[in-house]
Amino acid sequence: MSSALQFDPMRLPPECEALRKEVRAFLARELEAGTYNANEAGNDQAYSPEFSRKVGAKGWIGMTWPKKYGGHERSFLERYVVTEEFRVANAPVRLHFVADRQSGPVLLRYGSERVKADVLPRICKGEVCFAIGMSEPGSGSDLFAAKTKATKTDGGWLVNGTKVWTSNAHHAHYMIGLFRTSPPTKENRRHGLTQFLVDMKTPGITVNPIYQMTGQHDFNEVVFEDAFMPDDHVLGEVDGAWKQATSELAYERSGPERFLETFYVLPELVRMLGPEPDTRGAEGIGRLVAQVHALRRMSVSVAGMLQAGKEPVVEAAIVKDVGTIWEQKLPARARDLAAFAEEETANRATFEAQLRFATLTAPKLTIQGGTTEILRGIIARGLGLR
Amino acid sequence: MPHDNIVADAATRILQDYCDPQDVNRARDASWQEPAWRALEEAGLTVAWVGEDHGGAGAGLADGFAVLHEAGRFALALPLAETMLAGWLLERAGISAPQGPMACAPARAGELPVAGKDGRVSGRLRAVPFGKPARHLAVLARREGGGHAVALLDASAARVAAGTSIAGDPLDTVTLENARPLELNTAPAGLDGDAVLLMGAVARSMQMAGALERILDLATTYAGERVAFERPIAKFQAVQQNLARLAGETAAAVAAAGSAADAVATAHVPHEGTFLEAAAAKIRVGEAAGEGAAIAHQVLGAIGFTQEHVLHRFTRRLWAWRDDFGNETFWAVKLGKLVAARGADELWPMLASR
Repeated sequence: MSSALQFDPMRLPPECEALRKEVRAFLARELEAGTYNANEAGNDQAYSPEFSRKVGAKGWIGMTWPKKYGGHERSFLERYVVTEEFRVANAPVRLHFVADRQSGPVLLRYGSERVKADVLPRICKGEVCFAIGMSEPGSGSDLFAAKTKATKTDGGWLVNGTKVWTSNAHHAHYMIGLFRTSPPTKENRRHGLTQFLVDMKTPGITVNPIYQMTGQHDFNEVVFEDAFMPDDHVLGEVDGAWKQATSELAYERSGPERFLETFYVLPELVRMLGPEPDTRGAEGIGRLVAQVHALRRMSVSVAGMLQAGKEPVVEAAIVKDVGTIWEQKLPARARDLAAFAEEETANRATFEAQLRFATLTAPKLTIQGGTTEILRGIIARGLGLR
Repeated sequence: MPHDNIVADAATRILQDYCDPQDVNRARDASWQEPAWRALEEAGLTVAWVGEDHGGAGAGLADGFAVLHEAGRFALALPLAETMLAGWLLERAGISAPQGPMACAPARAGELPVAGKDGRVSGRLRAVPFGKPARHLAVLARREGGGHAVALLDASAARVAAGTSIAGDPLDTVTLENARPLELNTAPAGLDGDAVLLMGAVARSMQMAGALERILDLATTYAGERVAFERPIAKFQAVQQNLARLAGETAAAVAAAGSAADAVATAHVPHEGTFLEAAAAKIRVGEAAGEGAAIAHQVLGAIGFTQEHVLHRFTRRLWAWRDDFGNETFWAVKLGKLVAARGADELWPMLASR
């Protein structure tokens, strides 16, 4: 079945390089203006309405969406360039990133005309933050065990239950929530779940913080108590959410953010070891660079297939599996390789702070957005094993 | 891998007809080799990288790399890659390629042979793949007084000490003592020992990517057929996880090798980008070869460890090919030094330029 694995040597077209220059110039200006600090470990987590508005004004949110919804009808490959440059620069994209990557595309495909006309242009302006309401206390990787219930009422639905590990919920204006509208059937345990657009200002929604071991506040618990969802906030088919999930996942799983989350450690390691590293340092750097190059080439290849209208679900799962394992191991490799670095190296403090943060971050990388175990199950299915 | 490449399709047909890994594995002697080689030669594949005016097929670099990918999928134990590389080296120096199997050197880092002012070549070349069976040798030499030269030598001009690789294929030491080449031409600018290793590294990467694809096939098929505890072992999550990892390593190898081949094939002159691509491919594909072979053997259990089963034709070549034209460590040190010399702030621009 390996004949199904395709990773053609896709090159980004010339318009992408012009765009890359523009993005780098923009980031350099913002750095200089002090909008953000690239060396502050974990800064990519930062929520910056000012920055997101500027990114929206540049036309770099909703880049691939139709113009009538505020989008820019540019290629998926151009979006790829913006995403990777922002990620490597540790730019504060927290406000708009989830909406741009996955919530917007879900709305585009399944939202009512009124919802699309209302919400999408505001996403493109960088004004709207989205959360993803999937996991529950009794339902993590096993999405179809979700119990949070939406009950039909006049003109809409009443939601009761609890979502958990919900990133950004304390900032979010909206959530795309997965709620149970019917019990599963004997034939199909995936039946009975429906996607909703949730306005986070709706009465009956409480957001409680859950602090992470890094000290950061990203996760939340979101409690629904008779929260009312109007009918036109149903996204797609009632009871049929399981049919809607898979194609978006290829976008979510194969992007540059799936192997670059701890990348900042690598250039800092190179700086630390200096222009003439010993053989051990050179070998270590060389292997890491080869590995990340291979990952990027895999990821760009998948982006090319997505642009061509294909659905490389297995290839995307492979990029995320191999990519997240790599970014998770990177801090440990950097730590090994830095063992004999000169004590007085100028960037030691920065390197050590970044290494600490990356090491603390590492465990979540193979859990968020589909665990390693789930991804390997998808790959195994693609190989015809199950 | 499906491709729309008529040159590679021709190779696939010949390999299917003459070099089926099962048939080769069952063969009691080497009698399959002669007709297989003749078919490859008649199709022009052995001189794919030689220009038509030098007696070759004049295929593009990309087509040739696609052929080598196919050769890897068949664990081909004939000097096709070596002869193609030798033809490429001769072509670069404007020397016509002879018929018959050739070897290309250097295939290991180290001292190059020296071409004296009298045009004779001396030196010792270690671990030359298929050195002994070669009828001719294409050798890059350092020119006394500066620069490089490409030499075409008749095999009889060299002393060849036979050896074998971990795959059981010829891996020989070639000694040249004032050997008189059939032809000797100045190498074009930039064609030095590293440039030969780089081209060989990309060629081997393509072969290894093909072999990895095939062991993924073998392991996946076996897991679906082999029953243990009353169900196919493919149904066990531990086995699925292993095969998914093998798929990941295979994917990384296919992507890295394919990208490097594309980079070399489309570069007008070699540059830092082609170096990054080629070095990264040999490193990453070599790592995948080690990891992948181990997983495939784990999945196939005892049967995969037998002479009778075809798996070893692939895994042994994966292990062997890692060492030809620079192993992972060799290229990693080179790449790491380049990255360090350019500096931390140039790393991302370098990666993003590919």
